[in-house]
Amino acid sequence: MRVIRLIAGAVFKESVRDRVPYAMVVFAVLLIAASYLIGQLTAGQDMKTIKDLGLAALSIFGLFIAVFIGIGLVSKEVEKKSVFGLLSKPVSRTQFILGKYAGLVMTLAVNLGVMTMAFFAMLYYMNATTPAGVRAAWPSPAMDPRLLLAIGLIFAELMIVTALALFFSAFSSPLLATLLTLGLWVAGHFNADLRNFENVVDSAVVVAVARGVYYVIPNLAPFDVKAEVVYGMPIAMRAVSFTLIYAAVYIALLLTATVTIFRRRDFK
Amino acid sequence: MSAATVDSRPSNRVGYVAIAVLMAASIGVQIVRDRGWAPFVPPDPTLWLQSGRVAEKVFLGYRHLVADVYWMRAVVYYGGKRQRAGAQQQSRAPATANFEQLYPLLDLVTSLDPHFLVAYRFGAIFLAEPYPAGPGRPDLAVQLLERGIERDNGRWEYFEDIGFVYYWWIKDYQKAAEWFKRAGEQPGAPAWLEPLAATTLAQGGDRQSSRLLWTQLLASDVEWLRNSAQLRLRQLDAMDQIDELNRRIQEFEAREKKRPTDWRQVGLPSAPLDPTGTPYRVNPKTGLVDLGPGSILFPLPR
Repeated sequence: MRVIRLIAGAVFKESVRDRVPYAMVVFAVLLIAASYLIGQLTAGQDMKTIKDLGLAALSIFGLFIAVFIGIGLVSKEVEKKSVFGLLSKPVSRTQFILGKYAGLVMTLAVNLGVMTMAFFAMLYYMNATTPAGVRAAWPSPAMDPRLLLAIGLIFAELMIVTALALFFSAFSSPLLATLLTLGLWVAGHFNADLRNFENVVDSAVVVAVARGVYYVIPNLAPFDVKAEVVYGMPIAMRAVSFTLIYAAVYIALLLTATVTIFRRRDFK
Repeated sequence: MSAATVDSRPSNRVGYVAIAVLMAASIGVQIVRDRGWAPFVPPDPTLWLQSGRVAEKVFLGYRHLVADVYWMRAVVYYGGKRQRAGAQQQSRAPATANFEQLYPLLDLVTSLDPHFLVAYRFGAIFLAEPYPAGPGRPDLAVQLLERGIERDNGRWEYFEDIGFVYYWWIKDYQKAAEWFKRAGEQPGAPAWLEPLAATTLAQGGDRQSSRLLWTQLLASDVEWLRNSAQLRLRQLDAMDQIDELNRRIQEFEAREKKRPTDWRQVGLPSAPLDPTGTPYRVNPKTGLVDLGPGSILFPLPR
């Protein structure tokens, strides 16, 4: 555990020194702030638009951080040959992968935390400057605590994406790993369509294949409760609990697969 | 055995077993979670890109690929709404389907790929389908097909489909005949279109000429068009059967001065079946025969 913690800390420090996440966070904060201006153009839908844009910014910029930094974690070490020095110390390859993953998750958590604070500051300002009569017409309160649930699920989704990025970077080039991760992220969001494929296709074989794909590729659609939160609709907590359990199991699956591949990888 | 062939790397057997177990667990969790859970669909989902022209610019050289993706979304959107409408009809719940994103989706698809024949033709079928199985907008179906004529070098199929929309849904036989005639004048059009135009003009509206029309399409080499023709022919058969059943019921009512309570009273051994095998039902309010709940022939054309 200590070794994993040390590697995670090093990854976190390295990410903090890296300018990319800063740029992304600044950009996301600016976007969230700009949503206030955009909200003025939406004919009474300002709060909805601000929440939509804010949650989308958190999700998209979190994705960029997870993918672009996640891919570089292993590939950079291999390219710079620093992996030899690291693995010659009493550090197993399993500890190396788990430490890298934990470090990136910490980075992600801090970045999302900053963006969440900016988002809530914007909502607080909107809430404070809007007359009570207008506030009453909003489908859900400005500082709805359920927004934190939506952000929590975004974080869980990004943890899966990070594990995916790490998995692909364990055996392929950075460019290919980026494309594969982003491709699976897109597919994972369209996954819900595969579940009910029998509605649009008659072939039993195609339906069975679609159902198989639905269960095997990461199913990211259930992590998206943004619409429910924005519209003030009830969220089934049972489904949320199982979605979080699913995230834990799928991350464990990806990390196991990454370690399995990485343990046998030859570095030249 | 030489040293070079010995694999000194650690065995991965435990890893493979763990992967299999975790994959099974992830599938198990999903199955449990999916029971009774359906993704939330906002009351008015936003279609961010509604303008085909904007989309053309945004998607650069990948317009055709994006058109394919949006076409799939249009099919899933329509299929899902139609399935919900069918379930509501089956449970006799009031219809709540809302198809308002369908036309923007089809417009987007055909703007991104102006030669997407199926999107125009199938899209027109979706749009013209009466509520609650579709939005019941034959006017938009015609608009979409006219756009197809404009953008896709005036293919005869679009003229023919507009004729069908006028014939089957709008019931303007004069216009239907005009479009069939124009279709017959296009390059590559089949020979039966011109006589069809004449028949439509002379006998438009009667079931016999409708039957003739759909029978021609049964010979089409496009599978979904053949399926559509088969469905329409079954609907025509069902309409004939319903007329006959209503005639028997009315005869019974005139004779006995009361409504029949059993099919045997009108000379039938049991509940008659429609051409798809679903039993007909008698509407308790009107006393008239109607399609049974769940019949795929629902709704019949007016």
